[in-house]
Amino acid sequence: MKRVLSGNKAVAYGVMLSRVQVISAYPITPQTTIVEELSRFCAEGELEAKFIKVESEHSAMASIIASSVTGSRSFTATSSQGLALMHEMLHWAAGARLPLVMVNVNRALGPGWNIWTDQGDSLSQRDTGWIQLYCEDNQEVLDTIIQAFKIAETVYLPIMVVLDAFFLSHTSEVIEIPDREEVDRFLPRFEPQYRLNLKEPQAYFGLCSPDYYMEFRYKMQRGMEETVEVAKRVDEEFGRQFGRTYGIVEPYRCEDADVVMVTSGTVTSTSRVVIDRLWEDGIKVGLLKVKMFRPFPMEEIKGVLKGVEKVGVIDRNISFGHGGIFAQEIRSTFCNEDERPMVFGFVMGLGGRDVTPEVIEEAIHVTLDNSRPKEEILWIGLKG
Amino acid sequence: MKIHIPKEEYMDPGHLACSGCGSPLGLRLALKALGEKTMIVIPASCMSVIVGPFPYSALKVPSVHVAFATAACSASGIRASLDMQGDGETTVVAWAGDGGTFDIGIQALSGAAERNDDFIYICSDNEAYMNTGIQRSSATPYLAWTTTTPVGNLKERPKKDIMAIMAGHHIPYAATACVAYPEDFIRKLKKAKDMEGTRFIHLLSPCPPGWRIASDEAIKVARLAVETKVFPLYEIEHGEIYMLTYQPRGIPVEEYLNQQGRFRHLTDEEMATIQENVDREWNRLMEQCEGATRRGVSRLAQ
Ligand SMILES: Cc1ncc(C[n+]2csc(CCOP(=O)(O)OP(=O)(O)O)c2C)c(N)n1
Ligand SMILES: [Mg+2]
Repeated sequence: MKRVLSGNKAVAYGVMLSRVQVISAYPITPQTTIVEELSRFCAEGELEAKFIKVESEHSAMASIIASSVTGSRSFTATSSQGLALMHEMLHWAAGARLPLVMVNVNRALGPGWNIWTDQGDSLSQRDTGWIQLYCEDNQEVLDTIIQAFKIAETVYLPIMVVLDAFFLSHTSEVIEIPDREEVDRFLPRFEPQYRLNLKEPQAYFGLCSPDYYMEFRYKMQRGMEETVEVAKRVDEEFGRQFGRTYGIVEPYRCEDADVVMVTSGTVTSTSRVVIDRLWEDGIKVGLLKVKMFRPFPMEEIKGVLKGVEKVGVIDRNISFGHGGIFAQEIRSTFCNEDERPMVFGFVMGLGGRDVTPEVIEEAIHVTLDNSRPKEEILWIGLKG
Repeated sequence: MKIHIPKEEYMDPGHLACSGCGSPLGLRLALKALGEKTMIVIPASCMSVIVGPFPYSALKVPSVHVAFATAACSASGIRASLDMQGDGETTVVAWAGDGGTFDIGIQALSGAAERNDDFIYICSDNEAYMNTGIQRSSATPYLAWTTTTPVGNLKERPKKDIMAIMAGHHIPYAATACVAYPEDFIRKLKKAKDMEGTRFIHLLSPCPPGWRIASDEAIKVARLAVETKVFPLYEIEHGEIYMLTYQPRGIPVEEYLNQQGRFRHLTDEEMATIQENVDREWNRLMEQCEGATRRGVSRLAQ
């Protein structure tokens, strides 16, 4: 069935089709319409779930940690300040090895108050043990939520599905809504390996001495490593059933390219347009969309960028005191390789400043025209 | 009143509490009252240590350790999950300290109570952050010594009235209890178990190292807290029906305070002020109980 849906409504459909059993969420712009739509689904019986209308995001995450350890498929959605408030619980969720799925609508953090998109909120949670998947359009958002439950319930790590504020959350597109029975076939009921259980009383997440802690963390890392292959497999399976695949990274027109630009989120779509036009003018620019940020798919990225002389990375985020975060990750991916690209790290579009085709083109030209970056951080679109 | 204390044990000996601690006694009694169909949430507190480290547990019911501020919302999550699985029978219990209840967890508790989420919340109140080594909480009494309210900078504010706060949420049941009065505690738990919605029990539980008492004095001191009217035993139904469940002897507060090193510095004047405060609070409670009677409700009528 085709419908015109905003990104946030696509989220709600993804959750509904995944037959989530417990939802707990707190409203924040630009995530709010997800909460509203899911409340409606629950009220109208389209989704049979308990919706806990909590008093904060910290409680939202804590309560779905608890519902998940009791064996129910569980979901929340948030953004920006809400995600930051959850921070303690994000570590808890991942350390508890719970297959939660959360949508984060990328929004800048204050002060000053800014409701527009940038990736500072989700990337600040990089080291919490959450898988992070960045989406480019609303169809991908819906499909990724369904895939995410399947991946999470295989590797027992929580997944954050990320979409850009307004450019996706509040922009409507034509979307194919998968068939309910088809989704049921793809994503069976959640049967956890362990759950709170009266018949077999166990203690969960208690005191853990230095004798044990490190092995638990080692296993989390192994889970992350496993996730790369699991996610690829789930995506292929999804493709066979629904006719759409995304990959964990996607190279676009990279063959014979002189330089490759690395993007994530909606900047990718804009970049596709720019790159198509440049090829028409004989300028050979490729694009690498990074969908999976954690685990960072190093081998897949090397596979695309190896042999490329110069790479421009577009970061809608900044790690203060170092630079754009995707650029750092790409640099570290190559640091032990004999053959490695020159990495141009561009920071742009913070706090929702528009990343227009012109801005992207400027970054491409800086990459083409220089043998090495003049500075560690190349700021684009900065006002004098 | 005599009440049968169930023989079944759901908490093993060999736990890690300090000797003389009131808290494991409280939990042991609570589990006896609630039975095996119970799941328990434990936020950061002494109890996170007492029940034992991975891979051990002193509990024979499923337990889940949660972050400090999240006792109530974690209980909400378990309840929602069980309901989705068609299990309306299991009792969900949150067992939190005074810090986890009066302070860092009060937002989550207030949220859950306002929603009337269906679980029993037990605040095991030892009147300070004991797990981190005796720092003041908002449950620490007026003029008590703790490591963050040392002599010279004692706690100048009264203990927060958590029962009034909970009553203000119009929850079906809230009660005080004390580890030295097991029959009263068990009766309240059984009553709570048969109700639905948020049920709150404020359990006074002495901490020998924190209160500066000997390890064989916890029960005696806990009894004195009740008999001096410092900690009356009562219950509140639906936020308005107040009922005293034990008539204290009303002995002078000095007898309670003098037993404890944490009050050793008190002057006679300060003792007198504390006595006045206790009398005033007691009279207020009596008015609330009488108000309920005047409105024609009594325990018999319930
Ligand atoms: C967010 C957070 N802040 C601080 C702590 C440290 N901490 C652990 S237990 C505790 C005090 C607990 O006091 P209370 O709730 O009264 O329980 P008790 O230890 O007295 O049983 C503190 C401050 C923590 N675990 N988490
Ligand atoms: Mg305490």
